[in-house]
Amino acid sequence: MRKLAHTHGTELSLIVVIALLCVFLSIMAPRFFTLGNAFDLLNTSSVNIIFAVGLLVVLIAGGIDISFAVAASVVQYVAATALIAIGGGGWVSGLLIAGGIGILLGAFNAFLIHTFRIISIVVTIATFNIYFGLLMFFTKGVSIYNLPDWLTTRVVLFEREAADGSWAEITLPVLVMAVCVVATWILIRHTTTGRQLYAFGDNPEGARRFGINIGAMQYIAFGWLGLMAGIGGLIQAHYAQEVVPNALYGRELDVLAAVVLGGARLGGGRGSVLGCVLGVLLVAITQNGLNLMGVSPFAFRMIVGAIILVAITLSSVNPQRLMRLVQGTGARP
Amino acid sequence: MTSLRERLRETLGPDMATPLAALALVVVVFSLYSPQFLTSGTFGAVAFQLPELGLLTLAMLLPILTGGLNLAITFTANIAGLTLAWVLQSQGGVQAGPGAFVIGVVLALAVGGASGLIMGLVIAYTKAHPILVSLSMMIFLRGLGEFLTRGGDISGFPAFIQPIGQGSILGIPIPLLIFIVCVLAWHLLLTRMKLGFNTLMIGSNIEAARYSGVNTRKVLILVYVLSGVMAAIAGIIMMARFNSVRVGHGESYLLITVLACFLGGVNPFGGFGRVLPVFVALVVLQLLSSGLNLIGANQHLATALWGILLVGVMVLRWAVGRLRLSRNGKV
Repeated sequence: MRKLAHTHGTELSLIVVIALLCVFLSIMAPRFFTLGNAFDLLNTSSVNIIFAVGLLVVLIAGGIDISFAVAASVVQYVAATALIAIGGGGWVSGLLIAGGIGILLGAFNAFLIHTFRIISIVVTIATFNIYFGLLMFFTKGVSIYNLPDWLTTRVVLFEREAADGSWAEITLPVLVMAVCVVATWILIRHTTTGRQLYAFGDNPEGARRFGINIGAMQYIAFGWLGLMAGIGGLIQAHYAQEVVPNALYGRELDVLAAVVLGGARLGGGRGSVLGCVLGVLLVAITQNGLNLMGVSPFAFRMIVGAIILVAITLSSVNPQRLMRLVQGTGARP
Repeated sequence: MTSLRERLRETLGPDMATPLAALALVVVVFSLYSPQFLTSGTFGAVAFQLPELGLLTLAMLLPILTGGLNLAITFTANIAGLTLAWVLQSQGGVQAGPGAFVIGVVLALAVGGASGLIMGLVIAYTKAHPILVSLSMMIFLRGLGEFLTRGGDISGFPAFIQPIGQGSILGIPIPLLIFIVCVLAWHLLLTRMKLGFNTLMIGSNIEAARYSGVNTRKVLILVYVLSGVMAAIAGIIMMARFNSVRVGHGESYLLITVLACFLGGVNPFGGFGRVLPVFVALVVLQLLSSGLNLIGANQHLATALWGILLVGVMVLRWAVGRLRLSRNGKV
């Protein structure tokens, strides 16, 4: 148990916090602890989780990406236009197009970072402005509503009628999210490339001397995030049933906060898929709970911001010092 | 004569080269494209638009120099503006006197400083990453502002406030004057004062600074307080210019301020950077946007070009570095 607490400290404390929060919300809002609400939470969080696991890979590799959310908007727009142009397409062609464009946009970041040795925050702030500026310039801010039917039709994978007659449904975004989460988990936990990503993020120079191809690492990390951004963008268009050019503007910082809340370290070498998903869920559950408790929507962000601030402050306090405090041994190392 | 040249070189510095080159490029290209570019109209527009982005960039600059970021600046500015608006409204709105204005400004600056103080305390004492701390502060302040205003505008201020945003003294816009005073203050802080020196020390190597007897916690806290106060000044100017306060105003400037700092040669890891090149970089960005406006392109194209400009400048620096390296290698 102590070993588990040592290796998975962030995940454990997140689970405890989420559990306490759920108990509290179940008492305060009876509607909270129902199957329907749990499924709603999953449906609405899917896109953020897809983005989050992509961003996680970049953070593990020691980078940061500000541009992925607007990249997803670019993907949405280009993919929707292309699909309409080829006469509809389907989920396979849609995912291929969206994923492909996403990878290209991510690889462009990696190209600038690796070839010209510019650090990732500078590059992605630049590409953030380039992608968003060009998108708004060419689209003139006009939304697309006449999406192909297959993209806007809700796909219900599992449904059950609750006692009060409401339907609890799991829809397609959840399946896509699950696939993305598992794929990312396999990539970073069960492949050599994954171990190399951790090593590269922890100590790039050490990794280079060890013979790891650091160029490949950048392309894999940013390409993976690009892929996730592309898929997430398409799923968001499916969920919203429209493509609005600035719909995802600003999402990058929310996702970044949730991922780092889940234990990924800015600076690289640390982070897990579980923590990342829990980070997103903690924010989502808080919002959902506040909503059900009838708190004014205008207060949501304030409370969420305060919670993240407190969580970050607490989690940045040295855990060993905290453990000693709890155990009361007080021995100095 | 040599000393003058030395002095000039020192003021300009090597980090001044790229912003100045970009400035020359922008001026030449636009004056070739449009005969109206080199007129007082363009520069008048730039002079009124520059201070908002400029003051926010100054607020961003100090944290970047310590190796951090302050993502909360735009909403700190909004909240400071709200504070001033609230004081004015409670003192009679349009009829409020100069006394209420002074109290409001002091309170607004205090609110900005307080937001910086909280971030500074958390960053200095828990070693949490500044991006994260300021990000959660940003989410909190945005929520607070939306909660207080319900997403609407607040307007109805006494008439004497407008000149602060729109008036001129001797042909120079008042916001520009305020901005220039702030630029000089930051320049003096970084070149002549102990706090400025310690800020750069912390950015280069925080542990080394601590072992050399710098109270790193105090410096970090002061840096974020000053950043918050500067953001509050920006908020007051914005309020005076638009004669209203809305939460979210200036939100799109957030990442542009970071871009301007990098364009001005500030090291992204902190420790190195000066105010004057950043000032030139700001003028370049604003000229670019006004010039495009003149040609008839919209602001979004300017945003994209700002990004391309940053990539171009970074690639140029990389190329110059390579060149210098290979030349040294031969000798």
